[in-house]
Amino acid sequence: MIITAIFFYLFAGVCIASAIMVVTARNPVHSVLFLILAFVNAAGLFVLLGAEFLAMILIVVYVGAVAVLFLFVVMMLDVDFAELRQGFLNYLPIGGVVGAVLLAELLFIVGAWVIQPGAPKAITAPIPTTAGMSNTLALGLVLYTRYVYFFEAAGVILLIAMIGAIVLTLQHKPDARRQIISRQVARRRASAIDVVKVKSGQGLP
Amino acid sequence: MTIGLGHYLSVAAILFTLGIFGIFLNRKNVIVILMSIELILLAVNINLVAFSAFLGDIVGQVYALIVLTVAAAEAAIGLAILVAYFRNRGSIAVDDVSLMKG
Repeated sequence: MIITAIFFYLFAGVCIASAIMVVTARNPVHSVLFLILAFVNAAGLFVLLGAEFLAMILIVVYVGAVAVLFLFVVMMLDVDFAELRQGFLNYLPIGGVVGAVLLAELLFIVGAWVIQPGAPKAITAPIPTTAGMSNTLALGLVLYTRYVYFFEAAGVILLIAMIGAIVLTLQHKPDARRQIISRQVARRRASAIDVVKVKSGQGLP
Repeated sequence: MTIGLGHYLSVAAILFTLGIFGIFLNRKNVIVILMSIELILLAVNINLVAFSAFLGDIVGQVYALIVLTVAAAEAAIGLAILVAYFRNRGSIAVDDVSLMKG
C-alpha cells in the first residue's frame, strides 16, 4: 500500500512539474519533450489505476505519434520563437487569476462531492475480477461487442483526420519534375534514338 | 496513506488548470496552445480512468479510448493547418490570423 502511495506521488509530481514546464519553457522543443515526460507519467498513473491497456496506448499514441509530430513541426517551421514570446509577462497576471479561480473551484468540487448511493447499481459493464482476466481482454470483450459502433466511428474519425492532413499539406509544384511511369513504359526505340549517317569530315549540319 | 479517487481527481484538476493557464500565457504561439489542449484532454482522460477504476465500470476506459482517438486526430489536423498557414504567410503568430483575405 505504501509502495502504491509512493509511486502515485512520484508519477503525479513529475507529471504536474513537467506540465508546468510545458507551458513556461522558453524553447518549444523543450516544451514538446516535457509533454512527452508528462504523458509517460500519466501512463504510470493509469497503470496504478489498473488500466494497463490504456497506459500502453497512451505511450504508443502520444509519445510515439503525436509528440513526434509536434517535434517535427516545431523543428520544420523556421519561426522566431523569441518574438512569439513577447507579452508573455503581460498575460501572466490575468492567466494566473483565471487559473487560480478555476483550480480553487475544481478542488472545492473534489473535496466536497459524494457518490450517489444508487450509482453503483447503474454500472453497465463491471470490471471482471476473476483471475486470468487481463485488462486488455476485459476491454476488448466490451469494446468489440456492445460498443462496436463507437469503435468503428473512432476508425472513421482517424481516417478523416488522415485524409484531411494529407489534403492540407500536400502541395503540387507545377515546375517539379515528376516521374511519369506510363510515359516511361510507352517509350519505344523509334522515339528514343535516331540513326544518322555522318559523312566523314563534315559532321552534322 | 491510501490513495483514493480524490487524489486522482486533484491531479487531473491541476493538469486541467495548467492547460488553461498555458493557453493564456502563450497567446501568440499556436504550437504551445495545441500542446496545452493536449494537456487538457489528458486531464479528462485521467478523470475518466479514475472514475472507471474506482466505480468498477469498464465503460469509462472505452470512453477514454475514444477521447484519445479524437485528441490524436485533433493534433494531426491542427498541425496540418499550422503548416499550411505557415507556407502561405511565413508566420504562425496568432495575431496575424485575424487578417482575412478573400
